[in-house]
Amino acid sequence: MSKKLLSAPYLFWSVMFILIPLGMVFYYGFTDKTGAFTLDNIIAITTAEHSKALWEALKLSFISTLICFLLAYPLALILSSRNVKQNSFLILIFILPMWMNFLLRTLAWQTLLEKTGVINSILKFLNLPTLNIINKPEAIVLGMVYNFLPFMVLPLYNVLVKIDKNVINAARDLGANSVQTFFKIIFPLSLPGVFSGITMVFVPALTTFVISNILGGSKILLIGNVIEQEFTQTGNWHLGSGLSIVLMVFIIINMVISALTDKDGEAQGL
Amino acid sequence: MIKTTAQKIYTFLIFVFLYAPIVTLMVLSFNASKTRAKWGGFSLKWYKNLFRNEAILQALWNTLAIAFLSALIATVIGTIACISINSMKKRNRAVIMGITNIPMLNAEIVTGISLMLLFISLGIKFGFTTILLSHITFNIPYVILSVMPRMKQLNPSTYEAALDLGASHTVAFFKVVFPDILPGILSGFLMAFTMSLDDFIITYFTKGPGVDTLSTKIYTEVRKGIKPEMYALSTIIFVSVLVLLLLSNYSPKDKKKV
Repeated sequence: MSKKLLSAPYLFWSVMFILIPLGMVFYYGFTDKTGAFTLDNIIAITTAEHSKALWEALKLSFISTLICFLLAYPLALILSSRNVKQNSFLILIFILPMWMNFLLRTLAWQTLLEKTGVINSILKFLNLPTLNIINKPEAIVLGMVYNFLPFMVLPLYNVLVKIDKNVINAARDLGANSVQTFFKIIFPLSLPGVFSGITMVFVPALTTFVISNILGGSKILLIGNVIEQEFTQTGNWHLGSGLSIVLMVFIIINMVISALTDKDGEAQGL
Repeated sequence: MIKTTAQKIYTFLIFVFLYAPIVTLMVLSFNASKTRAKWGGFSLKWYKNLFRNEAILQALWNTLAIAFLSALIATVIGTIACISINSMKKRNRAVIMGITNIPMLNAEIVTGISLMLLFISLGIKFGFTTILLSHITFNIPYVILSVMPRMKQLNPSTYEAALDLGASHTVAFFKVVFPDILPGILSGFLMAFTMSLDDFIITYFTKGPGVDTLSTKIYTEVRKGIKPEMYALSTIIFVSVLVLLLLSNYSPKDKKKV
């Protein structure tokens, strides 16, 4: 009986600071300044400016998630095939960058990518064509991939390292070549990690406003930038909340897809 | 042979990609010139200036205090909650774990604005307290998710045995249960501390004027130009974490040898 009471502080906390605040976003999103019910703030997503920002955010975050996946999978395979002692150190190396402030790391890419920046100086020295992507969508994608790559590597590594080596050996014994073993055994078994990695990269990439601000030269507006401006500059909380609700729909769709494919019902990734 | 070489090259390239900006920042911290575009020779002046820059030191203090307090409070609330969640019926447990997952799966910007709307309607003054409350909120799930697996592995008989042998509930908890779940509690605390330290978005929406953490301070400086003292500070932080990690990674091996 006393054990039930122990959850009281947390229950209070989660109602007070998780559920009620979310309820307030919905309240503001579905009302206008006079407090009357309206759908205008939701429908506002269809205006040219907002739908362009949403489409741009969806496009860039999709591309970034795909690149993260393509870069992270081989890496996770390599890491999971090494011996265990070396591993914890290698994994550490991929988490370590997170201890340098994320804004500063993103800002450093500005220095690297600038027209007269470090990368272009090296390219010029080697007589190669220079790279001109700063303040363009490509730079934002690079920033997203850079910041969220560890979130793809870790869940993938966690599932790959748990795959029973005997299953792989059995497949080889039964005559499968390495390509067949990969597509029939390793990849299907790693799917929970794949989905949790995709969620962990796609959601922050879709909703970011910082990366697009720093690397997009504030010329490219993503849906995150629009919402941020509604709250900090324009001061239209109703519209900002309405657009946030639209954003949450995409997050929920992504989560439902992951949940449906994750049959065990337990996120095995992280 | 070719395969392992290719693997090494690939790992190395990703490694370069991850560390290029960090090396850049470290180099910039020794740059005598104030702009990022030019190299003006080697200098330690930003490191000297750093300890005289009250604004940055204040932001550093705020960041560390919020990270420590929020991680500590979240660890206490989260661990206590785990004890009770573990003994709940399956359905109640599923509901609570569902709510726990919300801050982790939801977009940070939505969590940030939702808390901002709450604090406004409650009339709480924006500042240290609002940042702390928000950080505790997003830290609790990390603690619960790290303590819960340990809790499930516990053998309930040992706790009952302690009670049978005359221990009170509190004594039995601290003597029997606590030592077993301690690794989970510690890693939950560390995770919470790190998350709080690196957070920008939620802090940005719940901070008040005049109160800054390192992240929000850097963000306001992005437009005006970052003060090079910031590079010096982040280099110091990064190197100290690196040294700590290397020490903790190598010390257990030494103990085994002895």
